Amino acid sequence: MYRYDAIDREFLADRADEFRGQVARRLAGELTEDQFKPLRLMNGLYLQLHAYMLRVAVPYGSMDSRQLRRMAHIARTWDKGYGHFTTRQNLQFHWIKLGDAPDILDALADVDLHAIQTSGNCIRNVTADPYAGATAEEIDDPRIWSEVIRQWSTLHPEFSFLPRKFKFAVTASAKDRTAARVHDIGLVLRRARDGALGFEVIVGGGQGRTPYVGPTIREHLPVGALLGYLQAILRVYNRHGRRDNIYKARIKILVAALGAEEFARQVEEEWAKIDTAAADLPDTELARIRGAFAPLNFETLPARSETFEAAKRASPALARFARNNVKPHKKPGYAIVEISLKAPGATPGDASAEQMEVIADLAERFGLDDIRVTHEQNLVLPHVKLDDLPVVHAALAAAELATPNINLISDIIACPGLDYCALANARAIPIAQDIARRFEDADRAEMIGELKIKISGCINACGHHHVGNIGILGVDKKGEEFYQISLGGSGQEDATLAKILGPAMPADQVPEAVDALVETYLAARQGEERFLDTFRRLGMAPFKEAVYADVH
Amino acid sequence: MPTFIRLIEGRYETAEDVFTDVADEDGLPDGAVILSLTRFQTEGDALIGAGRSVGVRVTADEAVEDLAYDLPRLALVALVFPKYRDGRAYSSAALLRERLGYGGEVRAVGDVLREQAGFMVRCGIDAFVPADGSSPEAWAAAAGRFRHVYQRAVDARAPAYEERR
Repeated sequence: MYRYDAIDREFLADRADEFRGQVARRLAGELTEDQFKPLRLMNGLYLQLHAYMLRVAVPYGSMDSRQLRRMAHIARTWDKGYGHFTTRQNLQFHWIKLGDAPDILDALADVDLHAIQTSGNCIRNVTADPYAGATAEEIDDPRIWSEVIRQWSTLHPEFSFLPRKFKFAVTASAKDRTAARVHDIGLVLRRARDGALGFEVIVGGGQGRTPYVGPTIREHLPVGALLGYLQAILRVYNRHGRRDNIYKARIKILVAALGAEEFARQVEEEWAKIDTAAADLPDTELARIRGAFAPLNFETLPARSETFEAAKRASPALARFARNNVKPHKKPGYAIVEISLKAPGATPGDASAEQMEVIADLAERFGLDDIRVTHEQNLVLPHVKLDDLPVVHAALAAAELATPNINLISDIIACPGLDYCALANARAIPIAQDIARRFEDADRAEMIGELKIKISGCINACGHHHVGNIGILGVDKKGEEFYQISLGGSGQEDATLAKILGPAMPADQVPEAVDALVETYLAARQGEERFLDTFRRLGMAPFKEAVYADVH
Repeated sequence: MPTFIRLIEGRYETAEDVFTDVADEDGLPDGAVILSLTRFQTEGDALIGAGRSVGVRVTADEAVEDLAYDLPRLALVALVFPKYRDGRAYSSAALLRERLGYGGEVRAVGDVLREQAGFMVRCGIDAFVPADGSSPEAWAAAAGRFRHVYQRAVDARAPAYEERR
């Protein structure tokens, strides 16, 4: 993985030093909260319902054991002993004291971590495929391009005060694990017919109160031309994006207002005038970054591990874990292991300091020291030998980290909701917990198969409800928490926005409604259909009937 | 009088501001003036013809490209930051320098705070009217906070990838 050099480290030290000065000025009363707010936001520090929240960047969702151990240390020393992994592949600490924030940033900088640009109207941490460098599906390593964008966008002189926040996703696999089509810019690596590597450039997708699946504005951008082209897109947006209304300020609104063709034309026109020789990264630097992600020292192993096969036969729990949480690796004898942070009754995305340390140890001993965060709020050990899976599984199980539910009904995305967030209308976490408990029976969950439930506590849609197969949105109905269900969304390569099922309902009816939806699907499914496939074939009517029939 | 800071040969210094910033509804004073873009388009020729020093104030929603043919005659371009958060003038500054080849003074006016100093300098702004009363020393410290930069910009700083060579 990419290792920081002296330049990167000095940059982080300067940043931590700057923020320490700003906090001191705030605590001494030299800065008002109004003046301080944009400064703390640029360092990922939000004021929430109960305390400050610090959002730490996990660059493109990739870290090593030393960094995860430091997160555990921070959780234990300055928070309540746990952290929350987010849909942006970041980690949030929810119980931070302002006076401690500079020490925390120092502790992060010490292991090459930071909170730069994790909030504010700037280019945020890039989302990348959590299976990068491990999956046989990819045609290039998306982390290379994510790192290029990280460097380019860090304190960008022209694009740090955009109309609104700006999020990138980069993927290189046919199967999209980044939700690229609902990002401000989605970059999908593809090879042209002549073999040349390029990006499909998708602009103006997004969720929030006005969701869009982003249109493609360029089918094939040569990879070397990336930064000049991004400069053109960002410049058009910086100059012409709306700034009069915070809810209409994202690039998706500009793209929709102009139309994708006209937006693309303006970008091309600007691009033609840019000195791309100065804007694009020199090949030497690209080669240096590519070198940092060179293939690891994989051992030559047989594709089949007798140790693993025997252990599976002996342990149904391991066999179930293998079916749901273990994914194929590009190298024979290795596997990608997903660690679910969605144990029944747990808060989706939360990990305790002890759990982080267990995962860090496993990564170091059995996982080539590599850990990933998924946008679905789980963790990944991308390179584990099949031979080691029984040991890894046992260690995970001992730490309550072996929930075998990846992509199943209880693998729910939920935002922090009204339990933490000042913007929320309703709680999200308890709804997720109630549903997970209702579908606790692992056999039934496996029989139901892939079903993505996503829950947001307000229309800002941090819980991605627009792209849930079943999306649940918390709304405020005369001071009471109600929930609106929508169906048929997908954040993957076949991205679609979910459609509203019917009137909102109180919290206690939600698990029952989900049950009714599932029963309808099970009764109607043909062959290997997933919930989404059955919904697409049948449409809304039977599902609506099932949920609302007995309400009358 | 508000502080006026200029960046001259790498040094930040307090300077005397000889220009009067003229609102559209005000009468024209003697001496060097800064006019709005619209007022410049009607009155600029005559004033420059009479030997006056004239600068143009460009708001965040105006295109600096509209000044393309006038730039050689201008004493300065003042870019308005209506709010700290409004970043349009950074693009205006970069375009003035990179695309329009303007070598004269580019001045930041409006909601100009020291936390923006580094971004402004990198986009080619070389004169500042800080709204927070920053001294040249405080401005210099903020602008020079980071020992390294990651991307090529209008200023001459070598990006990290060149330092690494």
